[in-house]
Amino acid sequence: MRAIDTLLSGDLPRSRLLALALGAILFALALAPFLFPGTRSLDVAAKVCIFIVLVASYDLLLGYTGIVSFAHTMFFGIGGYGIAIAMTRLDAGWSALAIGTAGALAVSLVLSLLVGLFSLRVKAIFFAMVTLAVASFFAILASQLSDLTGGEDGLTFKVPEFLRPGFRLLDEPVLGVVFGGKLITYYLVFTSALALFLGLLRAVNSPFGRVLLAIRENEFRAEALGYRTVVYRTLANCLSALVATLAGVLYALWLRYTGPNTTLDFAIMIDILLMVVIGGMGTMYGSILGTTLFIVAQNYLQDLMKMASGATRGIPLLPDLLHPDRWLLWLGVLFVVCVYYFPLGIVGRLRHGGARKG
Amino acid sequence: MPEPLLTLAGVHTHIGQYHILQGVDLAVPRGELTMLLGRNGAGKTTALRTILGLWKASSGSIRFDQAEIAARETPDIASMGIAYVPETMGIFAGLSVKDNLVLAARESALDEARLENVFRFFPALRKFWFLPAGLLSGGQKQMLSISRAMIEPRKLVLIDEPTKGLAPAIINNLIEALKELKQTDTTILMVEQNFHAARSLGDGVAVMDSGRIVHTGRMADLAADEALQTRLLGLSLDVHQ
Repeated sequence: MRAIDTLLSGDLPRSRLLALALGAILFALALAPFLFPGTRSLDVAAKVCIFIVLVASYDLLLGYTGIVSFAHTMFFGIGGYGIAIAMTRLDAGWSALAIGTAGALAVSLVLSLLVGLFSLRVKAIFFAMVTLAVASFFAILASQLSDLTGGEDGLTFKVPEFLRPGFRLLDEPVLGVVFGGKLITYYLVFTSALALFLGLLRAVNSPFGRVLLAIRENEFRAEALGYRTVVYRTLANCLSALVATLAGVLYALWLRYTGPNTTLDFAIMIDILLMVVIGGMGTMYGSILGTTLFIVAQNYLQDLMKMASGATRGIPLLPDLLHPDRWLLWLGVLFVVCVYYFPLGIVGRLRHGGARKG
Repeated sequence: MPEPLLTLAGVHTHIGQYHILQGVDLAVPRGELTMLLGRNGAGKTTALRTILGLWKASSGSIRFDQAEIAARETPDIASMGIAYVPETMGIFAGLSVKDNLVLAARESALDEARLENVFRFFPALRKFWFLPAGLLSGGQKQMLSISRAMIEPRKLVLIDEPTKGLAPAIINNLIEALKELKQTDTTILMVEQNFHAARSLGDGVAVMDSGRIVHTGRMADLAADEALQTRLLGLSLDVHQ
């Protein structure tokens, strides 16, 4: 128990139901290749791992510091393009991966520092507008510099041999699972995501995180206590950008591709916002629940609706309403219901309920 | 009289188009509790906020511990050893009682002896240690606000009407806590409307009117002179209880 407390930086779920849900998700992700064999389900599991990190890093900004930024996908994209450019221009080995990652982190650090220092002094709405403009500019730049970025087509690249799908660690499958490059890449993604998430959890539960919460509550009061809020807000902006960049690296590594549609699209920014809100802002654990629910719904709602539509054949109107083509409508309804019934997000609701009972 | 820790000379403050402080001259002696009195709208709260840099002085000099601070930023001024207990309590409602105190201690960990001292005066804070501060009662919030000024050694504490709206029993607790704070050689500049509290705590007194200091002296002398009270404050301090 003490080890778990240390691992979670003293920030325990504080709700039995939440702990169960988090444990189930961790278990499912850790054993995804064995529990859900198949390319599609492994793709979904890897995307959940990566987006948990991306959403958690955005929660550091929005939920913990009260900063609304629309440039998060830009940093996600920088990570993806960083390794994609390095892998296509250099030998597709570990050194290129390291150079690409380091380069992407450096670019993200400089950009986030500049955006932070120049615009975090202004009011929240103006900062949001600045980040929107910078992100749009970067997306246009990525599609225009086609020699470097592959333009609208993006970049497909080779990964180190150890991570290639054709690589085999064992000749024979174990428990029906091929021990090859895909599996190794999945566990690289999983362990990196877990480490990054725990790192973020440590950051928000440190004295630094406490000051961020104070700034979110009341910036002037934090200043009256002697805290330079611009410095803290800029640091939060940089940390969040760096983690988003690493998430971008992992995503590109998993897909062996990066392009505007997988990282820089504004729709991804909206998805991140929804995942943070549904999970619960300022909770970190919310990113796990919000992301899992969202991505699973995004991938499997159509299948579920197809089944439901078939099962309700003969009943008037219902099969049409449940037709798989209307999955976006139901996804929208699901979000409205979530926001209406869980204004503090799922984690906020679970913790609040737990506190009342306790 | 001890040498001043804080000196304001010809301080003017404008808030938008309004000229609030109109040449404030004030010396706050080191190690004393100076009461800042005056009618509503005299500029007392603005004076405290100007010292901390929350409002920028448009002209004049503010010297603290022999350094000019009028042009400095609020975090710099606070880091020099000035704590502020605002009238609105200024707590972080979403953070726990513990986190509110840890934040006030800034870089260092909570001093156990000082914490025990805080709990001695305000036992409710121990009871609600992990509760979000926003769930505390008005009196408990004020206790937390004062405790934040007590949890770390400060050279100067600016306190704005700490007893406002509190029950008499809680006021007595606050007075005892502030007396204890005085014993630590902390210099205090306090705005107060409650005569009992002002007389119990004040060493020196400064009276403000229309953005200027119109009287300075000893609190005991003002408390004993009803005619002076009526002339300076419009009515006797006894009525302010």
